[in-house]
Amino acid sequence: MSEKILMKGNEAIGEASVVAGCRHYFGYPITPQSELIEYMARRLPQVNGEFVQAESEIAAINMVYGAASAGARVMTSSSSPGISLKQEGISYIAGSQLPCVIVNIQRGGPGLGSIQPGQADYFQATKGGGHGDYRNIVLAPNSVQEMADITIDAFDLADKWRNAVMILGDGALGQMMEPVEFKESTRIPVEKPWATTGRHGRIKPNIVNSLNLQPDLMEKHNHVLQDKYARIEAAEARWENLQTVDAEIIVVAYGITSRIATTAINKARANGIKVGMLRPISLWPFPSKPLSDLAQQVKAFVVFEMSAGQMVEDVRLSVNGKRPVFFHGRTGGMLPTPKELYEKIVAVSNGEGGK
Amino acid sequence: MPRPVINEERCKGCELCTIVCPKKIMVMADHFNSKGYRPSSCSDESQCIGCALCARTCPDVAIEIWK
Amino acid sequence: MAEKVFGRPDALLDVPTHYCPGCHHGIIHRLVAEVLDELKATDRTVGVASVGCSALAYDYFNVDMVQAAHGRAPAVATGIKRVLPDGVVFTYQGDGDIAAIGTAEIVHAAARGERITTIFVNNAIYGMTGGQMAPTSLVNQVTTTSPYGRKLESAGMPIKLSELLATLDGAKFLARVAVNNPANMAKAKAAIKKAFEIQISGLGFAMVEVLSTCPTNWGVTPIEANKWMESNMMPYYPLGTFRSEEVAK
Repeated sequence: MSEKILMKGNEAIGEASVVAGCRHYFGYPITPQSELIEYMARRLPQVNGEFVQAESEIAAINMVYGAASAGARVMTSSSSPGISLKQEGISYIAGSQLPCVIVNIQRGGPGLGSIQPGQADYFQATKGGGHGDYRNIVLAPNSVQEMADITIDAFDLADKWRNAVMILGDGALGQMMEPVEFKESTRIPVEKPWATTGRHGRIKPNIVNSLNLQPDLMEKHNHVLQDKYARIEAAEARWENLQTVDAEIIVVAYGITSRIATTAINKARANGIKVGMLRPISLWPFPSKPLSDLAQQVKAFVVFEMSAGQMVEDVRLSVNGKRPVFFHGRTGGMLPTPKELYEKIVAVSNGEGGK
Repeated sequence: MPRPVINEERCKGCELCTIVCPKKIMVMADHFNSKGYRPSSCSDESQCIGCALCARTCPDVAIEIWK
Repeated sequence: MAEKVFGRPDALLDVPTHYCPGCHHGIIHRLVAEVLDELKATDRTVGVASVGCSALAYDYFNVDMVQAAHGRAPAVATGIKRVLPDGVVFTYQGDGDIAAIGTAEIVHAAARGERITTIFVNNAIYGMTGGQMAPTSLVNQVTTTSPYGRKLESAGMPIKLSELLATLDGAKFLARVAVNNPANMAKAKAAIKKAFEIQISGLGFAMVEVLSTCPTNWGVTPIEANKWMESNMMPYYPLGTFRSEEVAK
């Protein structure tokens, strides 16, 4: 399909998943991602897929676990409070090394929160959220086109690494409408000899499991997982540089915040401030090295998030004390304006960056 | 001539087979297996009618019936 | 020339189990395995183990197995069956797994009429974690979390899950059985067989609730445990069939 069509972000994810070969979706309605579950309900029967509206987000992630065990490309989606419910299931998926795609269209929190966009699930997505030592691959699009592209990549990455891939969007991206075209999936079908499909003549039963009562064997399994995560870190970090070549100040922002920051950066450039942006596209693995490299050349970093400050900690770790890292955030579902981001850039440029 | 064949190492000494045998020939042995359980045993194979109730009752599939 | 006339079914692996002496899990595992072999389903079966004493069931059945989080086996089974509609998918769950933490999942799998088969082992106690009260523990039953006996005014009456699910149209076969004596064992096997046939014929959800003993946590011998079950559990949990559709031959 090479024509551009106007689509809502939530629906673009849905269509992209179908392009990627996903034929199983399990979800539960929650604002602001209900358009995605509704799209899957309409679309999957058209391609002989299976759609189930589960009784809860907990049931949905466990249906994903089952379908992934059986070898299918499978997706679920929710928003912040529902993603909290899924954490145990995600830990099981990690421990069992199952591929799947989990979409979080973030909203304001904590608790029941608000239904407007937020970015306060960064810790939950990248540091765990579920129990145990594990990592999800986390990808953060910032346009409807990128939501489509990243969704197709997510299924390939999930199968390649036998890992959950989380797409971290937000309510603004989910609701906005932009032109999008769907690239062909570059999918090379991955063999899944480990899948529980029924033995069908196989001598040894396949078992999908994360229980191990012998601690030495459990530790060995953890080493296997950590080794995989190290290889993912070496191979799958993604980011975009905008006007960083001669920049003295680097903005770090992802998702919708990066779009607003772009406007602020362009205004600052027009007023003579040498500012650029490093936009992380993968939040895990985090683009630490490019940030560390930029720290040699610039004077300061300023991080914009729709949270009280989560990704800023990873930026500080990457910069490792070489340069000051400033922060500006909005919470509760409030979107920053280009004006306030511009004013923060100006303040940082004047040495009055504050925190 | 039917008879039970007991895998002594799998028996956990639960004694359930001793109460279902209609000929009352399943009894617990005097010795222990390597796990410390007294296994069951057949006190008189000539009486066995091959009903397999002992084998069906055994939770550990430790008894086979041979004819 | 001697031949074996009764032995281990193919669907049950030849390994020792961790179950306590006299635990009914072993009997129930074997009945399920015999039924899978007789229905020629073993090669296309995927079982879902739950969390409880039977957590290690994935090591005992000679079929592909998936370990599910506590209470979630019916949801996991739903995911598997929607991917493998021609497969035979079963869950094997205890009373805490199915009637405490997993109540939503079993109700909704039954309501949807998921073509899966659930084996529910009800021994009125939490075995694996050391003998705490279960939703199916009887009033006045002493457990480690009801040390003065289960109190009606605080914990309510025990849950009769088969009767509860019988209100759901998607549940095509619901039966409560026991394996405490050979006659009941034969009926239990027939019920388990019917429950799998319901799935294979595509009719809908089927569950067999098997009243069982827990000699270790009830603090009695296996033989005494059977008697305790007969005197105390059977009057409250009557054996019988609560929903039954005919399987077209």
